[in-house]
Amino acid sequence: MAELRTETMTVNMGPQHPSTHGVLRLVLDLDGEVVRSLRPTVGYLHTGIEKTAEQKKWQQVVPLVERMDYLAAQSNSLAYVLSVEKLLGLEMPRRVKDIRVLIAELQRIASHLIWLGTHALEIGAVSMLFYAIRERELIMNINELVAGFRFFPSYFRVGGLREDLPRGFHDAVTAFLDRFPGKIDEFEGLLDSNDIFMRRTQGVGIVSAETALAWGLVGPIARAAGVDYDVRTYFPYSGYETYDFVVPTAREGDIYARYRVRMRELRESVKICRQAIQRIAPTGAWACDDTRVVPPPKDKVYTEMEALIQHFLIYSQGFTVPAGDTYVPVEGPRGEHGVYIVSDGTNRPWRIKMRAPSLFAIQALPTIVEGGLIADVVAAIGSTDVVMGDCDR
Amino acid sequence: MDSDAIISALAPLVPGAAYEAGTSVDFATIYVPADRLVDTGRALRDTPSLRFTALVEVTATDYFPRDPRFEVVYHLLSIAHRLRLRLKVRTGASGSVPTVQGVWPSAGWPEREVWDMFGIGFDGHPDLRRLLMPEDWEGHPQRKDYPVQIRKPAQTYEPLEISEEEFKANLQRDRTRRMSQ
Repeated sequence: MAELRTETMTVNMGPQHPSTHGVLRLVLDLDGEVVRSLRPTVGYLHTGIEKTAEQKKWQQVVPLVERMDYLAAQSNSLAYVLSVEKLLGLEMPRRVKDIRVLIAELQRIASHLIWLGTHALEIGAVSMLFYAIRERELIMNINELVAGFRFFPSYFRVGGLREDLPRGFHDAVTAFLDRFPGKIDEFEGLLDSNDIFMRRTQGVGIVSAETALAWGLVGPIARAAGVDYDVRTYFPYSGYETYDFVVPTAREGDIYARYRVRMRELRESVKICRQAIQRIAPTGAWACDDTRVVPPPKDKVYTEMEALIQHFLIYSQGFTVPAGDTYVPVEGPRGEHGVYIVSDGTNRPWRIKMRAPSLFAIQALPTIVEGGLIADVVAAIGSTDVVMGDCDR
Repeated sequence: MDSDAIISALAPLVPGAAYEAGTSVDFATIYVPADRLVDTGRALRDTPSLRFTALVEVTATDYFPRDPRFEVVYHLLSIAHRLRLRLKVRTGASGSVPTVQGVWPSAGWPEREVWDMFGIGFDGHPDLRRLLMPEDWEGHPQRKDYPVQIRKPAQTYEPLEISEEEFKANLQRDRTRRMSQ
């Protein structure tokens, strides 16, 4: 009998592979069907946003940071505006906080829907993508209603919001919240006890609690392994401490557990949105009253000299931020989204750094898939919910 | 726990290290001498009253033209005690900092990014390559003395190492082989 060939085979995957969520390149060493090693290469989507931001005024950075994690745009900008407000020492009115919470949770739902659709698609449940995108479309419509923009609304501003809520906002949100829980039931009906889905995900790609923390995977991946850490409950921001919700966790740490955790997060987000929409009055304060940051109302600009000067200063020079540095984390859909900003006391940021949960997830990918089968690589990437725009920035 | 409380908790664990409390608006910040960084990290991770088990971020700031110009910033998280801590290490333009990968594996890629963007070396790092920029990139883009827009000559590939005659001969050989089959 001829000698069996036993050398390993090196396979290149990506950067233009449909299941790499953007442009992620993996080099796999295979021993038969077993993955012996995996080496990720990132940076294909690097756009130098952090360097660009240093040339902009503080308020101009908001649209830039939204383009980092493009599936969770308003989670980025929420972290950014909270960090600048922390250095400025601004306190937002109750209504602004509630609107921010509502929009951040809608953003989480939208991001989780993309994750659900693509993850299930990659495992073979192709139709999930259509169902998930259909629901996400409604959230994009709400974004369009609020800000005129669907993907990158730039609705959060340093000092509050860009403008007041439009007419019809409450109806649109309530209609979505009434419809969506039934759709979650539908999604779960399709996947929860789907034999193929369970076989592809149960006991596969296990991440223990210790591994998750050691690799900095704070977020849904750690929660699926039993760590109940969630920035919203551990370090509440924007008034999350006044909302009634639970942080879903699971014990197993496998891909199925991550799926279950994110599905329950969808339900919790709906719960938070319901509480928020009840608190938000149709009209009211939409920015704080700090005249350094928030331009005066238009009718005053046209009638009062001081207001005109203030308006002109804010839009030409911007505002200065006291020197110092701060790190503000928020719970993004992918885990802890943090912004570290350094100010030198001028009207432009000295340094902005985003903590990218996807970067840490891809870094940990070899520990998740090595020793497993090549067929599970795609399932493992999908379960970490990486976005290359977030990773490469 | 404020900066001074953490320094007094650390002092008996890492003897002889000169810590310095930093000012901050959010949570404790301490300056750590570069040579005691790994010991400090291990003490912060393993001491039951601290338990900073997760390193969530490593980054750097360029304070050019100040000297030493860089500060490497580590953000730690203690889930058990609901604490955050910022460590800062000062280093100069050609200086380097020991890697903390032995303490927290998550430091690997962020340290590569700091090397890529600022050119700060990490002693003992097993894989210190550029992370985001192309491998043949010159300079470290996030340094303050690095221009925002630079003109780089278009990258051209090496010319084909095959002459036109050889190329034609190859084609001919290919064609005859296919015809003879």
